[in-house]
Amino acid sequence: MASLDDLKKRIASVKSTQKITKAMKMVAAAKLRRAQESAEKGRPYSEKMNNIILNLSNGISDKENAPKLLSGTGNDKVHLCVVMTSDRGLCGGFNSNIIKKAKSYFSKISDEGKELKIITVGSKGNDQLKRVYGEKIIENISFKESKNANYFDADKVGKMVIEKFEAGEFDVCTIFYNQFKNVITQIPQAQQIVPLNNEEDVNVSDESYEFEPDEDEILSNLLPKNISTQIFKAMLENSASEQGSRMSAMDNATRNAGEMVDKLTIEYNRSRQAAITKELIEIISGAESL
Amino acid sequence: MSEEFKIEIVNPEKSFLAREDIIEAIVPAFEGEMGILKDHISIISFLKPGIIRIITNSDDESYFVEDGIVEFKNNNLSILTSSIINLSEMDKSKKEELIKKSEEEAKDLEMSDQSKFLVDQKIEVLKSLN
Repeated sequence: MASLDDLKKRIASVKSTQKITKAMKMVAAAKLRRAQESAEKGRPYSEKMNNIILNLSNGISDKENAPKLLSGTGNDKVHLCVVMTSDRGLCGGFNSNIIKKAKSYFSKISDEGKELKIITVGSKGNDQLKRVYGEKIIENISFKESKNANYFDADKVGKMVIEKFEAGEFDVCTIFYNQFKNVITQIPQAQQIVPLNNEEDVNVSDESYEFEPDEDEILSNLLPKNISTQIFKAMLENSASEQGSRMSAMDNATRNAGEMVDKLTIEYNRSRQAAITKELIEIISGAESL
Repeated sequence: MSEEFKIEIVNPEKSFLAREDIIEAIVPAFEGEMGILKDHISIISFLKPGIIRIITNSDDESYFVEDGIVEFKNNNLSILTSSIINLSEMDKSKKEELIKKSEEEAKDLEMSDQSKFLVDQKIEVLKSLN
């Protein structure tokens, strides 16, 4: 059995760990509120954008000559995956969930004999992926300096994706991120952004629009913007998810530390009592033998 | 009352402005300025750098935008833009900063004609502000 001194030290160390996790939980809770707010505020933009594009693509007259970003290159050979993770750890299963989702997609793609290219956003994803998929990662971006997710960063990623598309480097692009449902549930998502998937059940009005200039021109102007918008949406959802995930992870850690302190304290008291009893027995048996 | 329509301006971060008492909105559409009154036909267009003017019964406000998309449908005007500034908040230093930034952009010789046009337009609009 550990000595009394050792137990005392362990209790102290667990207690100080608990203090840290508790503080991290508080910080995450405060940040979560802000992140959640901005995720909610950002939704109208991406929804509206989506709606307009849907209306447009329905109204487009010449489907064959539609912009490639909408209809695809006609091939399905090279897949680009944008895996979006956080830059910091200690947030429970947040990063591993995205990676797991991404990895199952990766193996599906390579089983089908297609080529895979990866862009990682956030350093944690890069750390986890580079061991197995190191040579597939063509780009690694990290926004450690930016405090909050902002559109400027998203636009950078979006422009990079478009550049690569125009250079013919890939046919299909999918982004991976965590959708924020609530503090304890975040759902890893795989969303295809190139070519645009139009299977969502948004109610499309039959109303005809006037276009100025014509549909094609608007679409080719709008689609690149939409990619940045979708990436920005993913970033917002991700940052809310990260904080939520961290908060519940730290909450668990604090609780576990508390349980551990209780257990150790009981053990400490027991062994102290045992030492006293032992000493007493020694004295009594010594007195008896006289 | 019946001459009013709704407007909503959103940027990626938040809903920038939402009002229901608009009499007329003038937007810098790509092919020229466009005034929108109630019961305008449904239209989608995109914006070039310029001034959005919103006129209500009580006031008249102007905003500087760099780009965006407008959609008008059922007397709802939606404007999506990634950068918008209320002109009353635009002071001289801010304006000069924007002009400087755009002029630097304009130096890039490899840009397409269209983006060149847009940057020039932006500088022009900014310079015309007082």
